[in-house]
Amino acid sequence: MKTIIALFLSIQLPFLLTAQVSDLKALKIIEEIDKNMFSKTQIVTSEMIVYGKRKKRIIRSRSYSMGKENNFTEYLFPEREKGTKMLKLNERLWIYSPTTDRTIQLSGHLLRQSVMGSDLSYEDMMEEKRLSEVYVAKIIQEENYNESPVWVMELVSKVEGLAYHKRVLWVDKNKFVPLKENLYAKSGTLLKTTTFSDIRKINKRWFPMKMNYKDVLKDGKGTDFIILDVSFNSKIPEGYFSKNILKK
Amino acid sequence: MIKFIIRGILRDKSKSIIPIAVISVGVMVTVMMSGFLEGVFSDVINQNAKLDTGHVKIMTKPYAENKEQLPNDLALLGINELIDSLNLNYPDLIWTPRIKFGGIMDVPDASGNTKLQGPGIGLAISILSEESGELQRLQLNKSLKKGRLPKRSGEIILSDNYATKLNISPGEKITFFGSTMEGSMVFQSYEMTGTVEFGSPLMDKGTFIIDIRDAQNMLDMENGTGELLGYFKDDKYDDQKALVIAENFNAKFQESKDEYAPVMFTLKDQNGLRESLDMGDAFSGIFIFIFILAMSLVLWNTGLIGGLRRYNEFGIRLALGESKNNVFKLLLIEASVIGLIGSIIGTSLGLVFCYYLQEVGIDISKDVANSTIIMPSVMRAYVTSDLFYIGFIPGLFSMLFGTALAGRGIYKRETARLFKELEV
Repeated sequence: MKTIIALFLSIQLPFLLTAQVSDLKALKIIEEIDKNMFSKTQIVTSEMIVYGKRKKRIIRSRSYSMGKENNFTEYLFPEREKGTKMLKLNERLWIYSPTTDRTIQLSGHLLRQSVMGSDLSYEDMMEEKRLSEVYVAKIIQEENYNESPVWVMELVSKVEGLAYHKRVLWVDKNKFVPLKENLYAKSGTLLKTTTFSDIRKINKRWFPMKMNYKDVLKDGKGTDFIILDVSFNSKIPEGYFSKNILKK
Repeated sequence: MIKFIIRGILRDKSKSIIPIAVISVGVMVTVMMSGFLEGVFSDVINQNAKLDTGHVKIMTKPYAENKEQLPNDLALLGINELIDSLNLNYPDLIWTPRIKFGGIMDVPDASGNTKLQGPGIGLAISILSEESGELQRLQLNKSLKKGRLPKRSGEIILSDNYATKLNISPGEKITFFGSTMEGSMVFQSYEMTGTVEFGSPLMDKGTFIIDIRDAQNMLDMENGTGELLGYFKDDKYDDQKALVIAENFNAKFQESKDEYAPVMFTLKDQNGLRESLDMGDAFSGIFIFIFILAMSLVLWNTGLIGGLRRYNEFGIRLALGESKNNVFKLLLIEASVIGLIGSIIGTSLGLVFCYYLQEVGIDISKDVANSTIIMPSVMRAYVTSDLFYIGFIPGLFSMLFGTALAGRGIYKRETARLFKELEV
């Protein structure tokens, strides 16, 4: 009996150890991604290019975020959207419309609606959780993507209530930034793909300045999200994350 | 002779009561079922035409392919010019634009924050234009449950169920939150003036109505619409006529390279109505056929029993020199009179029941609460002119058929053996 157990362990142990090392490596990688992508505060001026069936629209906005709970966005352009504000505090989202002087709160399944006809949902805009905190990662392959060596990683959620149960990431081995991401529902259905490009070094971190979000359930070529300006860890006044900011 | 036969029927009740009762019941059921099926099919057609399909409908090709998603980004544009051309080419029809759109209705509290909200489907119609005839077509005055209909821009009505769900009363403000034709975010506040009940569970769940001009401005659809509905001026749907018009219209755009070229559909070519209604027609035909057959078998049996009972009578008549043809002929005339009496009684009873079902109906709202197709919540019969004669066909035919089958025995009687049989 002892011989059998010893034989079994001698065969299995190297595999178990390798798997554990691989999981640790995967965790390290997504922690590095988090370091690049997340910061205590972030101020981003961006343009969202929505490719409609008949014409494309460019929507410019400035977002202020603090941690993973607080986000305030003000739309700057075009005229129709100018002055519209969105505030996210924890799991709640409010939208303010200057034309009606109304503040509307969105919750539940309404958060899955598209933002301004784009391929992004309110849930996508709101989700700012660090990958390492909510997903269990493993490396499933190593290959080249767009001439860059990448790890292909599978992330499965370890907490309930995430917008995407599973993510498959193509992570640049040199910059620790995802170059492509496939997002899946719990059923295994592919919901969205995101490609990241124009990766620049800003304040010692690599950061993608252009993203293309594609809702696979929709026609068209997706929505481009171009970052015009980004600043990390800058001071944001407390008042930006209060409901009073909406009507100011 | 007829007088003689009627007197015979009235005096000898045993040869008429059962056949008359059978025919009366059969004819009554036939009239009732015909009136009921006619009522249900007419209501389905009318309700679809009024609320959704029109007698014909024009959309862009891609809109038509995705119409369940209400894709207003694929809407028809330049509709004023299109309507002018349609009026010129198809003068039998009235054209009216409608826009369907989805969004969230949000009821504010005193400080303007969200009190209650829920998703809904908007229907934009020419509610403020009397020429459009939309108010009469949708019978909104009759459907009004609370308050009044919109009289000016910026007013809205909600389905009664939806208003109850949102806990909003006439006179209160409500805000629509959704997206424009191109996907921009849109907020628009309205004054809720009243509630309506469409009588269709699908529509009653969460529909609101605004004027088409308000919707065009709000959704950035100037001179555009999701759907352009055509109604025959006499308000009666004529499938053959509609098919010819649609074929003619679509032929003009068949070669068009415009991705958003318009395409016309007839009422029956939408919502799977052709298949459903044709199947319904076929079923009612089969039903009447089976009914006539079953009644004939019953009456044949009754005729046989009657024939046996009247064996002696026929024998005596044949023995007295009456021809077999004459006996058979009189038997058929007698059957016709019985059939006629039964049909009159059955038709009268059937019409009474039909009238009751027309006025009261059968409420199926609970059964179709989650229906995804437009159908009435109360099933009603219609008393139509054809009900006054439709029952006479099976009534007379089955009696004649049954008697003819039973009466064949007359020809098998041999005159030579009659006296022996009659033991005279």
